[in-house]
Amino acid sequence: MNTLRTTGTALKALRRNPMRALLTTLGIVIGVGAVIAMMEIGSGSSAALQDAISSMGANVLMIQPGTASSGGISFGAGSVTTLTPGDAEALAKQCPALRGVAPEVRARTQVVYGNRNWVPSWMTGTTPVYLEVANWSMAEGDFFTERDVLAANKVCVLGQTVVRELFQGESPIGKEIRVKNVSFRVVGVLVSKGANMMGMDQDDILLAPWTTLKYRVTGSTLTTANQSAAASTASGADTSGAINTLSKIYPGQASLYPERSAAQLADNPMPVRFENIDRMMAAAKDAASVPAAIDQITSVLRERHRIRPGDPADFNIRDMTEMTKTLASTSNLMTNLLLSVAMISLLVGGVGIMNIMLVSVTERTREIGLRMAVGARGRDILRQFLVEAVLLCLLGGAMGIIFGHGGSKLVQAVLGWPVATSPGAIAASVLVAASVGIVFGFYPAWRASRLDPIEALRYE
Amino acid sequence: MALIELIELRKSYRLGELVVPVLKGVSLQVEQGELVALMGASGSGKSTLMNILGCLDRPTSGQYWLDGREISQLSADQRAMLRNSKLGFVFQNFNLLPRTSALDNVAMPLSYGEANISEREARQRAQEMLALVGLQDRVHHEPNQLSGGQQQRVAIARSLVNRPQVLLADEPTGNLDSKTSEDILSLFQKLNQHGGITIILVTHDPMVARHARRTIHIHDGLVVEGAYAAEGNAACQEPAPEATL
Repeated sequence: MNTLRTTGTALKALRRNPMRALLTTLGIVIGVGAVIAMMEIGSGSSAALQDAISSMGANVLMIQPGTASSGGISFGAGSVTTLTPGDAEALAKQCPALRGVAPEVRARTQVVYGNRNWVPSWMTGTTPVYLEVANWSMAEGDFFTERDVLAANKVCVLGQTVVRELFQGESPIGKEIRVKNVSFRVVGVLVSKGANMMGMDQDDILLAPWTTLKYRVTGSTLTTANQSAAASTASGADTSGAINTLSKIYPGQASLYPERSAAQLADNPMPVRFENIDRMMAAAKDAASVPAAIDQITSVLRERHRIRPGDPADFNIRDMTEMTKTLASTSNLMTNLLLSVAMISLLVGGVGIMNIMLVSVTERTREIGLRMAVGARGRDILRQFLVEAVLLCLLGGAMGIIFGHGGSKLVQAVLGWPVATSPGAIAASVLVAASVGIVFGFYPAWRASRLDPIEALRYE
Repeated sequence: MALIELIELRKSYRLGELVVPVLKGVSLQVEQGELVALMGASGSGKSTLMNILGCLDRPTSGQYWLDGREISQLSADQRAMLRNSKLGFVFQNFNLLPRTSALDNVAMPLSYGEANISEREARQRAQEMLALVGLQDRVHHEPNQLSGGQQQRVAIARSLVNRPQVLLADEPTGNLDSKTSEDILSLFQKLNQHGGITIILVTHDPMVARHARRTIHIHDGLVVEGAYAAEGNAACQEPAPEATL
């Protein structure tokens, strides 16, 4: 008896009792439907969750200058100025795992508008790529441009908190604010981002071109502890001293070294990086490519800074390990939870199938006897009942897929939850439904095949 | 050589410690093309003999030759194949598959045959068989839409669909009224005469046995061929039918 005909026979047998077949498969329908719906809603939520965590900065890497130390005394992170905007550009070009690199120059000073003043928590000089790296967007106006950075234009973008504190409902676009007596035009307002993981208000921010902030605002930067830079610029007679604010950190400080003559300077220029930045913020393509990004950044920066193999790096990279771990464990937890729920419902469905198949075998004892009398062997009977059970499960599985998919679409339409169709879950459900049929259909089928035809024919 | 030959066939059942002999050395022959009635009171062992003749059961000892082959020691699967190819069964309670058309009922045994018959061929053959029993216009009826006589005709068509050599009918008229019984029995006679099929009718009813050309009486596990088994058999109160040996 070939499989095709067995399937036909099984279908006919099921059609003899459509209501019961339907009710029997209900367990499988609900099980598979629940799996599909949960998988789809779950993977949608998981994707949304990943996006959310990413936007919190799970894929963000902070590159900070290394530690200066002198005579065994460390000055702490950021105490040397080893990073340059050139580094940021090189990283953006040479690291394929990065989405973007934004240099940061930081300041902390008073901002004045009209009769109000405010000190933003963050006053950051950067480039337009910052918006993408920080996963931020504009609520109003535009971000400043690359041209603004090159020209050190006095423009800035404000966070919501700053806007609220300074403008009180007024639109800040086009208004001039003063930062340490330098007038900035507000070109845009960022959308609200709320507090970060440490509970600090991220909207309390002022963004400006890093050149402007560095050269025009005489704020105290993070490099206040950098004595050597201060010393060298103080001692240096080069023209950049005029615009380099670093020279104004310790005004009037006596030079520790004798002045060099013009000839000495021309022959032997001081290797001073005027364009140092406080740190860089880099965004990896996604949370998964963070380790690759760290490797690439390390190799590029070591090469640019001419650090010999084995020597300690003059920078360090911080990733959001904790956040990435949270992300991974969250999605793991979610998957396992869904899986166990799915398993339970499929198990229940399978027991239902077994139950009904046992009833069916008992009820159809005479039929089994008859089939045996006309020449069916034990294995023919076994196969027939097994195919029936598998068919029930597959039909249930198919209905479950339809219901589950429809359900998740409904949820998407009604509740607006994110939903992602997952072909893997559909394939797995079909497979699981078939194996439930085989596992739970085997015992009744085996019992049917072991019937004695004489007894079976006489069965009332 | 006879189509069916039983030699000293014995069958006993075990009831715990007790061994109950049911057939105590049955020897008989049935020739090709015979229409034989197998009669006996209940408990006489005729059902057991029927089961062994139908290859549903194995004898404890003795030989069973069917179509020149000794088959008493075949395995269950081999017997299943034999039942499919050489034997047809007609039951008292018809045993049709419920909610299944007459055509599908008749075609059912074909799906267990060794020769792989196509679905179309099977339907074709089933249709022929239904026509043979006079039900060509009831092909798509389900058993509950058919009368008792018609149901038994469907069952007969089913038993014939594999072109068996032997038809075993176990009380085929037991659930039918006398008029319909008459129809069914004459159908058997027709099949026997025109189709040349060997038919063994198992019955306790002498009226039924009368339609056969020969009657084999079973009494207490033994064949009392042609003899009149009188004692305690209410069904045999009237004269035994002529045994045409």
